[in-house]
Amino acid sequence: MNSIPEHLPKPGPGQEAARTAVSKKPSLWRQSLRRLLRNKLAMSGLVVVVFMFLACFLGPLLSPYADNKIQMSMMNKPPSWQHWLGTDKLGRDVLTRVLQAGRISLTVGLVSMVLSVFLGTLLGAIAGYYRGIVDQVIMRLADLLLTIPGLPLLFIAGALLSEWKVPTDYRMYIVMIMLSLVNWPGLARMIRGQMLSLREREFMQAAVVLGLRDRRKLIHHLLPNLVPLIIVIATLNIGGAILSESVLSFFGLGVMPPTPTWGNMIDAANNLIDFQQHPWLWIPPGLSIFATVIAINLFGDGLRDVLDPKTNR
Amino acid sequence: MSTLLEIDRLSTHFHTEEGRIKAVDEVSLRIKPGETVCIVGESGCGKSVTAMSIMGLLQNGPEVEIGGRIQFGDTDLLSLDKHHLRAIRGHEIAMIFQEPMSSLNPVLTIGEQLIEPMVLHLKLSKKEARQRALELIEQVGISRPEQIMKSYPHELSGGMLQRIMIAIAISCRPKLLIADEPTTALDVTIQAQILDMLRQIKAESDMSILLITHDLGVVAEMADYVVVMYAGKVVEEGEVTALFESPKHPYTQGLLKSKPVLGQRQDELFSIPGQVPNLLDLQPSCYFQDRCAYCMEICRTKEPALKSLGGGQKAACWLYEEEKRHG
Repeated sequence: MNSIPEHLPKPGPGQEAARTAVSKKPSLWRQSLRRLLRNKLAMSGLVVVVFMFLACFLGPLLSPYADNKIQMSMMNKPPSWQHWLGTDKLGRDVLTRVLQAGRISLTVGLVSMVLSVFLGTLLGAIAGYYRGIVDQVIMRLADLLLTIPGLPLLFIAGALLSEWKVPTDYRMYIVMIMLSLVNWPGLARMIRGQMLSLREREFMQAAVVLGLRDRRKLIHHLLPNLVPLIIVIATLNIGGAILSESVLSFFGLGVMPPTPTWGNMIDAANNLIDFQQHPWLWIPPGLSIFATVIAINLFGDGLRDVLDPKTNR
Repeated sequence: MSTLLEIDRLSTHFHTEEGRIKAVDEVSLRIKPGETVCIVGESGCGKSVTAMSIMGLLQNGPEVEIGGRIQFGDTDLLSLDKHHLRAIRGHEIAMIFQEPMSSLNPVLTIGEQLIEPMVLHLKLSKKEARQRALELIEQVGISRPEQIMKSYPHELSGGMLQRIMIAIAISCRPKLLIADEPTTALDVTIQAQILDMLRQIKAESDMSILLITHDLGVVAEMADYVVVMYAGKVVEEGEVTALFESPKHPYTQGLLKSKPVLGQRQDELFSIPGQVPNLLDLQPSCYFQDRCAYCMEICRTKEPALKSLGGGQKAACWLYEEEKRHG
């Protein structure tokens, strides 16, 4: 092989990667990361999200009111130095409760996202890869779920839960599952679409020619190509899930008091007196939802700009 | 003489909404061990479909109908089940494609993609496969194999990627390598390097190559035996020297004439008039008749059969039938 000269020049990014090839991170990811860091809107979104998570998960540990003791003497007090965001009708500290509620809301958002991404990816990938009858069954099921608007569906499920007197402790978990069952079809559709186009790409034909097994092609060759898309969808999905949970809880069909969530705290605004006279009861949870969801969506949009192959390159 | 691959009257037809397309029609060819056979022809003449049929990339179904027999060693490839077919693919028959840039998975490193078939087919451990992968990268003429193993496809140039594709293809020491226009997407200097390398690898390993190309330069450089296809049919075949010296079929003659010759500058390069007939409505006739300078009455009504013309050459043309009949 000496006849072949030492070699063709590598393209720019390649050289860079070659120099830094010692570290494990592939340059593709690093490039994306650099682009993401430059996106100010997305980064401010990330900062808010991180702040929210830290505040909600660490904040209550520092609060003297974390035990939620009912103090009749402190009913509905406006914000003061003692209670920064005032107290509610049972004399509990609103700030502490907002943070505790955030724990639940964020957890519900995260877990239901993970569940629906798992379901959506699995079913979408299988449908797109195997096509035929499997595809038909899965996608028609998805279509069925998509034709019924998500919110009414959740309402019915929530009402059924109340009817069956499901213990309030379990409701949080059931709400997570409900949300992911409503959310997976849209996701499965996107994954399936990507899968359909990916499986026809030349490198997949090359994989067939190498004699690889179906499962290996699916998991080792196709799924990694979907990772950017999945990350983007997952991020945007958290915001949606938090919102849906809040709506459900606001209507008293999601997570039940005394477990606080942002949704059931805003329920205070349903009461005309609280709405007019005690705005510190409903403004903080409302703002929290607003800020968190906006921040997550901004961050998700930024991620999409960087990672989504269709807007990329 | 022993035969590695024998294709016997292979027909691959596609059923489309407009009708039946005979992409490959009754094509027969043989490849001996260690031989390089070239399939030549212009776009849409069924070269690639032939290759895909051999590889089992096309399967009988509502849209595809494959007939004939493809015998590889002792096995009939067309009647093989999925499991056995998989064991042959990549192991005994390997294939490289036209576009090296898109033939490698963009999210996996070169190393992962090189190691995979060896672990699968040769049952090597990851470590052994890695060792052999490094050797293979050097064998295809790329230095710094350690670094290349960690690179992603987008970090390498087209020429390097095609070398990697070849490395992957030969990693399991296949008996037959199918190369579907392996140099079309590369520039000329790289083309020459790649072809040199293929030849060298072939010489070292006694592997047969089925090379699909439309480039007669490549044919002259690589082939032992040439098969000329036109509209899904074999119109001429023969040893490379014989075929280049005395092409029999008017189509082959046209092809050879339309090649620019170094040092002879013509005002206009010769080209065969007309276009490949639509594969949809083929009437019984010689499919080349409307472009042929020697077209006779019989050409329009009857299809010529592939006839042996001596010297190992065969052609499907009424010109030679006529000669025989009279002489």
